[in-house]
Amino acid sequence: MSGQFSAENIGHGTPGHAPRPATDQQPSHFAFDETSEAEIATILARYPEGRQSSGVIPLLYVVHNQMKRDTGSAWLPRVAMDTVAKRLSMPPIRVYEVATFYLMFNTKPVGRHHLQVCTTTPCWLRGSDDIVAACKAEAGLRAFEETSADGLFTMTEVECLGACANAPILQVNEDYYEDLDFERTRSLIAALRRGETPERGPTIDRYNSAPVGGRTTLLEEVGTRHADGQPGTLPDVV
Amino acid sequence: MLNDRDRIFTNIYGQNDWRLAGARARGDWDGTTAIMARGRDAIIAEMKASNLRGRGGAGFPTGLKWSFMPKVSDGRPSYLVINGDESEPGTCKDREILRHEPHKLIESALIASFAMGAHTAYIYVRGEYFHETRHLQFAIDEAYEAGLIGRNAGGSGWDFDLFVHRGAGAYICGEETAMLESMEGKKGLPRMKPPFPAAMGLYGCPTTVNNVESIAVASTILRRGGAWFSSFGRPNNCGTKLFSISGHVNRPCLVEEELSVPMREIIDRHAGGVRGGWDNLLAVVPGGCSVPLIPASTCDTVLMDFDSLRAEKSGLGTAGMIVMDKSTDVIRAIARFSRFYKHESCGQCTPCREGTGWMMRVMYRMVEGRAELEEIDMLEQVTRQVEGHTICALGDAAAWPIQGLIRHFRPVMEERINAYKRTHGEGTRLAPTPANLPVPMAAE
Amino acid sequence: MARVTVDGIIVEVANGSNVLQACEAAGKEIPRFCYHERLSIAGNCRMCLVEIEKAPKPVASCGYPVADGMVVRTDTEMVRRARRAVMEFLLINHPLDCPICDQGGECDLQDLAYSYGSDHSRYAENKRAVQDKYLGPLVKTVMTRCILCTRCVRFASEVAGVPEVGATSRGENMEIGTYVEKALTSELSGNLIDICPVGALTSKPYAFVARPWELNKTDSIDATDAVGTNIRVHARGGEVLRILPRTNDAVNEEWMADKGRFSFDGFKRRRLDRPWVRVGGKLRAASWQDAFVAIGRRLEGVRGERIGAVVGDLCDAESMMALKDLMTALGSPNLDCRQDGAQYDVSRREFYGFNTTIAGIEEADALLLVGCNPRREAPVINARIRKRWLAGGFPVGVIAASGPDLTYDVESLGDRPAVLTGLLDGGVGFAETLRAAKRPMIVVGGAALAREDGAAVLAAAWALAKEVGALTPEWHGFNVLHHAASRMAALDLGMLPGEGGRSVAGMMSGGVDVLWLLGADEIGPGRIGPDTFVVYQGHHGDAGAARADVILPGATYVEKSGTYVNTEGRVQIAFQAIFPPGEAREDWRILRAFSEVIGHTLPYDDIETLRRRMVEVNPVFSRQGLPRFGAGELAGPAGDAGAVGSAPFSQAIHDYYQTNVISRASVTMSECSRIYSHPVLQAAE
Repeated sequence: MSGQFSAENIGHGTPGHAPRPATDQQPSHFAFDETSEAEIATILARYPEGRQSSGVIPLLYVVHNQMKRDTGSAWLPRVAMDTVAKRLSMPPIRVYEVATFYLMFNTKPVGRHHLQVCTTTPCWLRGSDDIVAACKAEAGLRAFEETSADGLFTMTEVECLGACANAPILQVNEDYYEDLDFERTRSLIAALRRGETPERGPTIDRYNSAPVGGRTTLLEEVGTRHADGQPGTLPDVV
Repeated sequence: MLNDRDRIFTNIYGQNDWRLAGARARGDWDGTTAIMARGRDAIIAEMKASNLRGRGGAGFPTGLKWSFMPKVSDGRPSYLVINGDESEPGTCKDREILRHEPHKLIESALIASFAMGAHTAYIYVRGEYFHETRHLQFAIDEAYEAGLIGRNAGGSGWDFDLFVHRGAGAYICGEETAMLESMEGKKGLPRMKPPFPAAMGLYGCPTTVNNVESIAVASTILRRGGAWFSSFGRPNNCGTKLFSISGHVNRPCLVEEELSVPMREIIDRHAGGVRGGWDNLLAVVPGGCSVPLIPASTCDTVLMDFDSLRAEKSGLGTAGMIVMDKSTDVIRAIARFSRFYKHESCGQCTPCREGTGWMMRVMYRMVEGRAELEEIDMLEQVTRQVEGHTICALGDAAAWPIQGLIRHFRPVMEERINAYKRTHGEGTRLAPTPANLPVPMAAE
Repeated sequence: MARVTVDGIIVEVANGSNVLQACEAAGKEIPRFCYHERLSIAGNCRMCLVEIEKAPKPVASCGYPVADGMVVRTDTEMVRRARRAVMEFLLINHPLDCPICDQGGECDLQDLAYSYGSDHSRYAENKRAVQDKYLGPLVKTVMTRCILCTRCVRFASEVAGVPEVGATSRGENMEIGTYVEKALTSELSGNLIDICPVGALTSKPYAFVARPWELNKTDSIDATDAVGTNIRVHARGGEVLRILPRTNDAVNEEWMADKGRFSFDGFKRRRLDRPWVRVGGKLRAASWQDAFVAIGRRLEGVRGERIGAVVGDLCDAESMMALKDLMTALGSPNLDCRQDGAQYDVSRREFYGFNTTIAGIEEADALLLVGCNPRREAPVINARIRKRWLAGGFPVGVIAASGPDLTYDVESLGDRPAVLTGLLDGGVGFAETLRAAKRPMIVVGGAALAREDGAAVLAAAWALAKEVGALTPEWHGFNVLHHAASRMAALDLGMLPGEGGRSVAGMMSGGVDVLWLLGADEIGPGRIGPDTFVVYQGHHGDAGAARADVILPGATYVEKSGTYVNTEGRVQIAFQAIFPPGEAREDWRILRAFSEVIGHTLPYDDIETLRRRMVEVNPVFSRQGLPRFGAGELAGPAGDAGAVGSAPFSQAIHDYYQTNVISRASVTMSECSRIYSHPVLQAAE
């Protein structure tokens, strides 16, 4: 196993669990656009009358999505959190608490491609150190939480992504890339840099979470490789 | 080995169509109304008869849990919340249900909600499962479209709404009361119990929280009978279960097997065996990172079920097996778990908030060997001080892997310390771990 | 009731109590950090762990409900071990800076560490450091000391009603703060300092000033508003160093408003510490004798009706009594306490008191506020209203000028007294709410009475109270909320114009030849006629002293023993904490001494005799406590309820932090005023 056990973030200034102060570069204005308003209407219909604060996580996602559309970076400006608070009749501090508690919310801008590397034991056992090294080498990053000079990549260390049978995993924005190694990670990032969107899922000849080389169970029926991968045909969720 | 026709999740790899048509072809949504027509009590009785124990880790009998819900409403609605916040290292079973068997989950959610008097159910899916959520939402929309759920679901006379609620990256929200807090729009801080969710759960209303897998198997159990389900496995350890095998195996995978199969059989038959052969096995974490590891010597004989693993002072947990071969630095493997718990502690209560950080830092020094021999005992004591003193079980879960390590690999830890002393001299441990330096590899 | 056995002691506690309360009932002290009687239960510190029979693990007693037959043990090996464990965890990241910590000596963590702490630390790693947060000009933060008990978060959102404090991030990196680094917008923020069990939140003005054991503590009454907050004055060497609340469930529970707590630095600034006499247009330092003689000379030959006296908002009952007796002796009927020009009917005490009582608010089930903003006029009472509102089923209607958010939901009914008429004749819907209530409350504030039609508004409010059933033998729902500490006592003593006497307005513009101002600075001294000879008796060089011809230096409320009657009519005595500066004296003694100079010696040589004289004038001054009472006589106060005018109500208090001479002299209060009351100016800077 190469690389270091990524202990560079014990203590402070660390991703996720660190104090997450908002960035100083805050936009002065935020308003939901039409797309977002439509999403919000769907979201708030899910919760009972008077329980609209249940919508805080979904609405923060709406902000993420809108910021991504508008600026290419999915993050939560403070003024947007205030907007969410107002919409849900919550004190702003309750929204700040939520935004800083949950790891997936970015209180600072991130790159267009948010590289989220799982380094937890199951991934580590299968070489996540190599993935980290590949990200650093190919995306031009020195450490976690850093954004590349071209603004394309931010690398974050994340905890278990829940796809351990396909370890190691790299999550790029919403997409899982599975069964990676150093070289495949490099070429993935290179492809992203070229503006391509490689097909998510296993990067080796493997069918989802079935064993390499074929299933040991459910042998009577055989499906097609791409039963899962139908990007674009499904409605987006928030 | 479990016969294919006795497997519940027949599309777990997504090899066939996961949409409604495909699901129907596999038998989902077949006679759902007839099952509901049996009535609440009969459904719960059947679930009890199946001896299904919760698949989320704690193993609480599912039928019994359902029976705690009030039979007659006091005016408050009841809720079913389905826990799809799968985030425990080593565990990746619910993901496959969500993306490849969503209709099993939706159908079972309808039946379970009916049995518990709930007209509304929420599925809380971890935020990272974005595409899984898309599948699930698509399937829910299909079910609404087909009239299977919604008003008068499937002609059963029962109104049923099912919503997906995405999390946003917090392992602690897998704890049932933290999940409820999160759903209410707050930080995921576990609540004190009592009151239990069945009395005061989501929005202060009676609520049952069940794991995705526990719910998803319900429709098949009710279709084929509790006796059928409980015919698998040993008494008190009944039924089939999804096992995920990760780590140093030749072919990591997810597989449905009956409970009580030998661990070795699962590894050898489905996961292609341990990398480098069975003799190269060092240890296995059998049920997600919360349970203590068991050394290779035990792995030969242990059965993958609640009781057998408990007898080995470990647990079935989520049945997410993490296999480590002899090349593994087992101290680092466990130290990374400590880091995980430190990262995921909600910070609400003292022992866990402070203890997880302490344990992690000492574990980091243990990886290097930069410690005193007595500190192994101290570390053990610290884990005991966290265990049992916290609001939720995360404190316990953080303590157990370390206890397992000390129990089975103390000589390795001692040797690491001694080696460090040989290279660096006595007394060097006094320097605390610098906050921003990577922990070196073990002293070679 | 549930029978619970605690360490062998059987106690009966109410169902729904928690185990901690049962243990306390049994006389067992349970250590705790996060638990606070007046806040919701968080259960996060884990210090209060006890052993409960049949429970496999130690249980947090604060959050565990009692059950009949429960057996609790608070002093077993398991319990001790658990608490020691928690204490060790609390201390690993807590700095060992007790020697420089202002909480030292009164720190829960320090105290409990004596019982459950270890003599050495096993923690060899780096400690956590947390950046300090900004919470405003009053509360200092040292966040590294924070043990994350979240009491402050709960206080801010529950009691103060300003949900602006939170715990952001998570795990050991969780931090308390506002996230946006803003000053906490509460008039109760000082209480955060009291509830913080460690030295994370301390008093900014008190930082590094003293140790608690060095301080002389004197029980007193807060005179900066009319709540009658029970306080304890902490002084050292003749200097007040801080003021803390005392617990009194009937009045302030354990809270205190910021003005009373933090304006004490005003005791030292702009003080009148010697007599002054104006000679040739200039004030010259004088001796007491010279000052008295100067007044005596001026009084010579002046008829009683040409002499007047006005008492201010901070006066104690004793000095007012003495002044009244002096005026009577001088033959003057010109006496007034109503600097704001409020109109009262003092024929019955219930016409000018807060009859429901403060504690009674919790029994009310509907509230109408008339010309009153309790958040500014009586923050502690506002907190009590919020407490009642939080309990549910408490509609609040407001007829007042728009002001700061009251921290509870209100139905705004307008800002004109005509709304009262509308309520009376049923034209305004809120009348139904009041009528449907079993125990409705109507509170009339200063802004409703300090206007030309004040008597009419008072009569209309009473009529409404009668009409909606707020006046029954069991329930008195009619209330007047004062904001001047002296007002109730003044009205009880009859500090009002006598037969043919002049009011404040009548004494202005040359209405009298000699005007005695007893701490009266709010009348607008520019209105006093140029030929009027003004005696200012008081403690601060403010508006009154600037206009004075003779200045008699008096004592602030912490420098004398005095009786105060709060807005409820509760008679409370404040003790002397420090001595007045220089030649300043207790006010009643000044009056007594002066009376001797002019040959009208007041008949009391000591304060006990003076107090007996007060009881003679009004027996309420002998009353201990305040019994609850209902309404007997239903006939309303003088005034034509139909004659209410059309002018909108104004705000009684525009700047909460600058309402009296002490707060105007206080640097801390000026800073608060700058930050809170003039945020626009700030933003413009």
